[in-house]
Amino acid sequence: MITSLSANRSKILLSIVGWLVVFVFFFPVLWMWLESLKTEPQAASSPPTIFFLPTLSTFQEVLSGDFPPFFINSAIASITSTFLVLVLGLPAAYALAIRPVKRTQDVLFFFISTRFLPFAASLVPLYLLARDLQLLDNILALILIYTTINLPLGVWLLRSFLLEIPPDLFEAARVDGAAFRHEILRIVVPLIAPGLAATSLICLIFSWNEFFFAVNFTSSVAATAPIFLVGFISGRGLFYAKLAAAATLSSLPVLLAGWIAQRQLIRGLTLGAVK
Amino acid sequence: MRVEPAASVSRREGWARRVPLLPAFIYVFLVTQIPFVLTIYYSFFSWNLLKPGSFRFSGLDNYSTLFTDEMVRTAVLNTVVLTVAVIGISVVLGLGVAVILNSDVFGKGLMRTLMIAPFLIMPTAGALIWKHTLLNPLYGLLPYLLNPIGLGRVDWIGRFPMVTVVGVEVWRWTPFMMLIILAGLQSQNPEILEAARVDGANALQSFRRITLPLVRPFIELGALLGSLFVVQTYDSIYMLTYGGPGEDTTNVPFLLYLVAFQGYSIGKASAIGVVAVILTIIVATFALRTFFTIFQVEARR
Repeated sequence: MITSLSANRSKILLSIVGWLVVFVFFFPVLWMWLESLKTEPQAASSPPTIFFLPTLSTFQEVLSGDFPPFFINSAIASITSTFLVLVLGLPAAYALAIRPVKRTQDVLFFFISTRFLPFAASLVPLYLLARDLQLLDNILALILIYTTINLPLGVWLLRSFLLEIPPDLFEAARVDGAAFRHEILRIVVPLIAPGLAATSLICLIFSWNEFFFAVNFTSSVAATAPIFLVGFISGRGLFYAKLAAAATLSSLPVLLAGWIAQRQLIRGLTLGAVK
Repeated sequence: MRVEPAASVSRREGWARRVPLLPAFIYVFLVTQIPFVLTIYYSFFSWNLLKPGSFRFSGLDNYSTLFTDEMVRTAVLNTVVLTVAVIGISVVLGLGVAVILNSDVFGKGLMRTLMIAPFLIMPTAGALIWKHTLLNPLYGLLPYLLNPIGLGRVDWIGRFPMVTVVGVEVWRWTPFMMLIILAGLQSQNPEILEAARVDGANALQSFRRITLPLVRPFIELGALLGSLFVVQTYDSIYMLTYGGPGEDTTNVPFLLYLVAFQGYSIGKASAIGVVAVILTIIVATFALRTFFTIFQVEARR
């Protein structure tokens, strides 16, 4: 009786501490949402407005303004590059997992080392190449770069999922005389649907939120959502509600995808090492 | 081993196995290695992008100025400070939150969901929300809330720029560490803890003797992956401080950006890039080897 009472008390105490910590971490996100539901004078008042009547007028203003093209560019760059990662990465992962080639480990090591070399080091030559190929401020440049950034992660992740498929399945298919293409499409794809989801999620997170190349390679036509946010950098004009609404909209796709696919998130972030 | 050893595989079969690998391999090879070779090449030239015809061979000049340049030294130091502080603090906080989320508390699922939001929020968006709506000395919420304890109207970004950048990055990376460490905690067999409890170990003892050794590889993995990302911090510096005031928050990636796109010194920027790559290779080789051994990704294949 006594132990259960004290266990109960410690549960309540720990819950309170936990919720306080979570509240502190989540608060900036909540505050972003609150600010986005205010009018401009409310959002930039001193002292800050805590109680107010929420309005969607700022969202309306942002969505009817010049924000949508930036958002669409982000969508094109991330979705296309994610698709390319899957198309190029799945056969490669297959070759490394199911039919290991000589020096498999070296190839894996090469892939992952490219992901962790500083982006900054390739900034100058890639910029000059893009300039000479007329690819500056062209969404194609971002698509190609994001594919490069995410492909190593994709190969690693897809491979880790492929390794879990019982090898007998492939043997059976080969005995049936299934061609390589059919083997991939008929057997592999349905079995590693979770792997494709995890890979897509990680690619989406990294390409959607990418800023370094976006800000240096695009200016207007191909500029993505984070570049729209750069317009608020000085804070002059005090467009805080508009800033918060644009920040909320820009963050929405990745936030929703990450929340929905929490299980895939952890596996993806650790390159398949943690299941 | 699920297939016959590669040595016994016929030549044709060997190529058939390699072909699916080639498109991805060639693509990554071209897009990452050509720029790297060009970076090395440019680093031996003096070249101002705005002055046509200024392209001339300068030997090791770019490198020798690098090692005497005060800005470069500051940037390297800032990178180390930022990375060590962010990873250190977020590992400790992440461990704490993970332990709470792994114990019997109310609303675990919702807590976890809300907790990972800072990591998912677009970094540029998060930085701006902090800068303008939370930290602004006049209109921000934090100075208003801290006013009663005498910390109101503090210009955090102006007076404590590095602390602010570290704070915002810790806010972003703690959820990442928490996720990885929590996965480690959840892989723990509860019966062992129960046995320890029966044997009279208190909570702190069993945490230190049983739990911590078990999650250590997960902590190491989080710290390794995290530092490879945090070393490249650019977004929040660009948004919060633009490397300033002075060079107070300029790290290596930001310095390279400044030299290349504000100074247009392609040669010098390339030399910084080469040094950054070499430093990263040293760190990453160690990090990835550890990664391989910790999780034995390859040992049995």
